[in-house]
Amino acid sequence: MIAESGHYALVLALGLALIQSVVPLIGARLRDAALMNVARSTALAQLLFVGASFIALVMLHVNSDFSVANVYENSHSMKPLLYKITGVWGNHEGSMLLWVSILALFGGLVAAFGNNLPLSLRAHVLAVQAWVASAFYLFILVTSNPFLRIASPPIEGRDLNPVLQDVGLAVHPPMLYLGYVGFSISFSFAIAALMEGRIDAAWARWVRPWTLVAWIFLTLGIAMGSYWAYYELGWGGWWFWDPVENASLMPWLSGTALLHSALVMEKRNALKVWTILLSILTFSLSLLGTFLVRSGVITSVHAFATDPTRGVFILLILCLFIGGSLALFAGRATSLKQGGLFAPISREGALVLNNLLLTVACAVVLFGTLYPLAMEMLADFKMSVGAPFYNLTFAPLFALLLLAVPFGPMLAWKRGDLLGVTQRLLAAGVAGLVAVAIVWGWTTGGSTLAPLAIGLGVFVIAGAVTDIVERTGLVRLPFATVLHRARGLPRSAWGTAFAHAGLGVALIGIVCETTWNSEYIATMKQNDVAQIAGFDVKLDGLLQHQGPNYREMIAEFNVSRDGQPLSVMTPSKRSFSTRGSSTTEAALLTRGASQLYISLGDTTAEGAIAVRIYYKPMVLLIWWGPVLMAFGGVLSLSDRRLRVGAPKPARSKQRLQPAE
Amino acid sequence: MPIGFASSTKASRPWGSADDDVGTRDAENGYAMTRKQRRMTIIGGSLAVLALAAALVLNALRDSIVFFSTPTMVAEKHVEPGRRFRLGGLVQPGSLQRGDNLAVTFEVADGNAKLPVAYKGILPDLFREGQGVVAEGALDANGVFKADTVLAKHDETYMPKDVADALKKQGHWKDDYGGKPSGGGKTSDAGKPAATTAQGNPQGAVR
Repeated sequence: MIAESGHYALVLALGLALIQSVVPLIGARLRDAALMNVARSTALAQLLFVGASFIALVMLHVNSDFSVANVYENSHSMKPLLYKITGVWGNHEGSMLLWVSILALFGGLVAAFGNNLPLSLRAHVLAVQAWVASAFYLFILVTSNPFLRIASPPIEGRDLNPVLQDVGLAVHPPMLYLGYVGFSISFSFAIAALMEGRIDAAWARWVRPWTLVAWIFLTLGIAMGSYWAYYELGWGGWWFWDPVENASLMPWLSGTALLHSALVMEKRNALKVWTILLSILTFSLSLLGTFLVRSGVITSVHAFATDPTRGVFILLILCLFIGGSLALFAGRATSLKQGGLFAPISREGALVLNNLLLTVACAVVLFGTLYPLAMEMLADFKMSVGAPFYNLTFAPLFALLLLAVPFGPMLAWKRGDLLGVTQRLLAAGVAGLVAVAIVWGWTTGGSTLAPLAIGLGVFVIAGAVTDIVERTGLVRLPFATVLHRARGLPRSAWGTAFAHAGLGVALIGIVCETTWNSEYIATMKQNDVAQIAGFDVKLDGLLQHQGPNYREMIAEFNVSRDGQPLSVMTPSKRSFSTRGSSTTEAALLTRGASQLYISLGDTTAEGAIAVRIYYKPMVLLIWWGPVLMAFGGVLSLSDRRLRVGAPKPARSKQRLQPAE
Repeated sequence: MPIGFASSTKASRPWGSADDDVGTRDAENGYAMTRKQRRMTIIGGSLAVLALAAALVLNALRDSIVFFSTPTMVAEKHVEPGRRFRLGGLVQPGSLQRGDNLAVTFEVADGNAKLPVAYKGILPDLFREGQGVVAEGALDANGVFKADTVLAKHDETYMPKDVADALKKQGHWKDDYGGKPSGGGKTSDAGKPAATTAQGNPQGAVR
């Protein structure tokens, strides 16, 4: 019954979405408020039905109802409850259902909190949302129905892929989807603006909070996925330039650009056409990401789908939405009025540079992702584009961007003073150079680029601090005034500073980890001691342990430094009998931002075990950086000016605050 | 509806303090530019960044791309020692030999040809004889493939797509290689490759 109800709810949601696709638009044509308001009710009802459908699937998984194919293939009665729930989106059908649930959630939020939107704009936005939703409901119902029954139900399920039975992967897909799908809102707003032929600064004010929410989740989602790969795959890699990772990075890059260009539009009423285009591109890249992951088109280890009908269906959706929206853009963009003059050296100019570098970096990633595919199709040979390619292309572009980051927030709107800003950033520059000198003197060997890159990271962080110091008048003014000013500073100014500093923090982490990572690989017997980066790691012994749906072999290591015992580390190797596969659970010892990392290999005949030990200096900064960025995003979001659903400006107060 | 709200920023000063007058001094030049000149500056800047990116990509394409080969392709085309490529095929049953200190040698075969592979490090969890494998590295002077990365996957039914395609092309594909598990279900795994690396961290590094 539950499966059938879930299936039925999904069909009803499709029906509602189809109504929502058409009726509000007719209402907008006829200027009929009642018809336009249909969108609101249908969006909320859709959320209700899709939510019910999703909950039905969760219940099926929790109850281990193996008469449902999806549950049979991805669950096991002995699996812990947490992984029974997260297993819902650890497979193709379930993750697509999560995708549409989040889409319905965002549509419902616009419907519920969009009361201050002009009625026809809201009608258009929700109609466009419903187009996307209808396409994906159809996709699920036709090609990937999670509620299919098996004629003769088996007694036990096939279990979820063991590497996916992990807390990190419980959180990663929903976060990523909140990001991907969140960009559908700015897409819908862009299409609505094109259809209405009207766009102004107010439009940007409505779009920016939604974009910011999506961006925050995407940032955290990518960081989470990277950390999961780092500790779960057992060899300490955290970014592989895998097509599927690129698929999440590309919307992030263009979404970041969108966030900044919408700022120009909101403040200065300029870059309208560009912002619209970026909204379309960002969501198109999210759709492309869904296509790459779901269709199995790329030789990627992530690709779940082996069934070509799914690939073709998603490709059709992709072509329809990207092609349609770009055609609409080409036809309508010229009718949007241009506005806002600014000098090349200005805040706007800096944001244009930001957009330029971000979109070009995004294009480079897109090229690297699709080039092997194109060559395979056209010239029939296989190749892979990996880290060396991106190191030579993406890294220099990003370095250029980071160099410009501290200048942006300090330039004035309209026309800025580059010389003046440079003088203000002198201290930050000196801090960066000092960092270069210290790192250069302190380390011998390694890459010559590493100290420079660390200097760049320090410069970005110091630049963000300088911005806040300048705004509050710290050093120059009496302390009480500074406090007063700091309190009066808009939250978004703090947000900018945190987000930009996060970039620098992540860069330092990346450089330290890749340059000064030390590694020890050997077979160890009981009481053998491995020495790495000043740590003594002694193998105390091996134990066997029985988990709920796996057996594991735990190795106990005693870690000491200079004779002082520090900790006991217990990496393990789990074998899951149902799937006949095993996972490596690494043990981590955190010291500051650095980590000692132990993972196990195979046992040899003589009772020794292959062991991999890494010391990864400053590795945690790689993920603290994105967390800082997301925190900055949350601060910006809490700025009264941008609060979701409350975009009414308080003009009198606004004027007293400094522009940020 | 707050139309025209953006104009309120005019009222605020660049850094919000009265003692700042630097902002207006040197910017006169910029302000005197005509609309056309400004547009040209932005277009020129965009073209410069695009040209830079194109140059970077073309440069990177010359020597950072890794091609995929099977032992047959290696035998047919003479691959010079030291040129990096990815080798894919099946691990020849009975060829795996473990040496001292985690050194291993095995042979990769694709039905027509075999190629000896040497690797030092921990093999992935699902490295098995008779199973598909992809290794990255280069040939040495003796014609031995020195691998620094060996890829396999955390799934017993996994067959790397490159390997499967190459085997199909040469007519050596058997349905039971990496075939679908009984029960007719699709394989559904979101795992990343388990890769082992002998030389520090060649993957995912930004240097």
